[in-house]
Amino acid sequence: MEQPVPADYQRIDGPRHSSLWGKRLAPYLLSLPAGLWLLLLFVVPVFMMLTMSLKNCNPASGACTMAWHWGEFGQVLSLYHTQFIVSLEFAAAATLVDLVISYPIAYWIAFYGGRKKNFFLMMLLVPFFVSFVIRTLVWQFILSDNGFFIGFLQRHHLVSSNFHVLGTGVAVVAGLAYNYLPFTALPLYVALERIDRKVLDAAYDLYANRRTAFLKVIVPLSIPGVFAAFLLTFIPAFGDYINQQILGGTSNVMIGTVIQSLFLATSDYAGGAALSVILLLVSLVGIWSYAKVLGSRSIEEYL
Amino acid sequence: MSLSVEQIVQRRTKRRHVGRFVLPVYSWLVIAYLVFPIAVMIIFSFNKVHAGFPNVSFAWNGLTLQWYHQWNNLPGLSSSFWLSIRLALLATTIATVLGTLLAIALVRYRPPAFRGKSIIEQVLFTNIAAPEIIMGASLLGVFVTYNIARGFLTLVLAHVMFSVAYVTVTVRARLAGFDRSLEEAAYDLGAKPLSTFRLITLPLIMPGVLAGALMAFALSIDDYVTSNFVSGTASPFPVYIFGATRVGTPPQVFVFGTVIFAVGFALAISSLFLAKKN
Repeated sequence: MEQPVPADYQRIDGPRHSSLWGKRLAPYLLSLPAGLWLLLLFVVPVFMMLTMSLKNCNPASGACTMAWHWGEFGQVLSLYHTQFIVSLEFAAAATLVDLVISYPIAYWIAFYGGRKKNFFLMMLLVPFFVSFVIRTLVWQFILSDNGFFIGFLQRHHLVSSNFHVLGTGVAVVAGLAYNYLPFTALPLYVALERIDRKVLDAAYDLYANRRTAFLKVIVPLSIPGVFAAFLLTFIPAFGDYINQQILGGTSNVMIGTVIQSLFLATSDYAGGAALSVILLLVSLVGIWSYAKVLGSRSIEEYL
Repeated sequence: MSLSVEQIVQRRTKRRHVGRFVLPVYSWLVIAYLVFPIAVMIIFSFNKVHAGFPNVSFAWNGLTLQWYHQWNNLPGLSSSFWLSIRLALLATTIATVLGTLLAIALVRYRPPAFRGKSIIEQVLFTNIAAPEIIMGASLLGVFVTYNIARGFLTLVLAHVMFSVAYVTVTVRARLAGFDRSLEEAAYDLGAKPLSTFRLITLPLIMPGVLAGALMAFALSIDDYVTSNFVSGTASPFPVYIFGATRVGTPPQVFVFGTVIFAVGFALAISSLFLAKKN
């Protein structure tokens, strides 16, 4: 039989060899290295970006002076709002495609996977065994106008001879959808897998038909997974620019491309920082509303 | 409302039908879609290329092992690959140690003994969920402001930064079911804290630590966005590939992709088999 443990058990009977002083400090000492690393290279840089967007920068030398110039935000928004909207549309379309494609397979693996569950889960992860840039390049290769795939469709008159995909928004959305599919499918699987089968049996015992049981039991219980899938797919896709640069061509530029070229090509740090801050704020609305509803730790269950 | 036996049987049969036919076919189609580009990459890495045009040919010209023999003919390709390996190993080591320590702190202590715990958790969550371009761009801003030369060092700093949170949450998830009485038994037998950690704690949390390390390695070796901002002249593999393929894809890129895929997939399959055996 288990003995009731007094509340201050740890303090009285804790490790005899560590001093009280060391014990008090232990949590801080353990978290100090990682905490400092994240503070100096993640938190501080993000705040510095906020101040950088308020500076006046010399594009030639890259030197910046503080000017409290809030106008940068209005300026970049008026210059690049179309790219923002394109990014939102592409990321939303890719996320929607991924949710629609993934839900049935996640459901099947969770409920019918049986002993082969791990194998199917690994097959869902199979794109990750090829480098992100290379698998996007392979899609470029597949979707090229003179590539074997479009060529095949044209030879068999399945599409018209001037049909093309590469360089259009469709190609970008297809690339995003392919690259982020595992990020959608796995959280959905985790949420569906966790549904207590007894709840489902109860629904059937209460004369629910398959459809009703699915719509009224399975779908509502998988909603947290849908949120996690949305978060893990939409936000990276929103800031992604590899797919757009490799598959999209020069039209339909996404905001990531603009930020990257402001920083790396034109050295307009103030403008790039202002755009990044806006992108971060849009993402944080999603991130924090997720944390508010489901708790920031819940995302860990889906990683 | 009640159902006859026939209706119940019918319902069950229909349920089996969807579960046994429609869904499996659909699922295998999705898997085929996921595998398709990889198969294309592997097949076309063996494709002959017309002379004088060193890019992957869109038409099938016949089998060749030429590109496997000439895998190193692309200047800079193999050095960028080894740079990526060195970078990933170093960043993984640092991130795994730091992330494991933080995970232990987060699992074992809560306020008031551990003030600021919730702030750390918020930072970890934001770090995982924020778009990568933000991290890359803001790090570039810092490095430019303080005149820090970009190269291998800044790459390591950045890679540890974006993988440490993943290691922490992975290790923490495995630590949750940890039985602390084993540690207490060691103390009772006179073990010192460090030897208790080495002999009891570490072996028990090792699967979690390895999973975290694997995650960090995968994130590091595949990273383009952040690396592109902080790499300067030292190009890791993904950055090099992106730059080298702007006007066409040299067949060596498919060769490297195929070899990396084969090695990674073989390791994953064998670990799956080992897990089943145990």
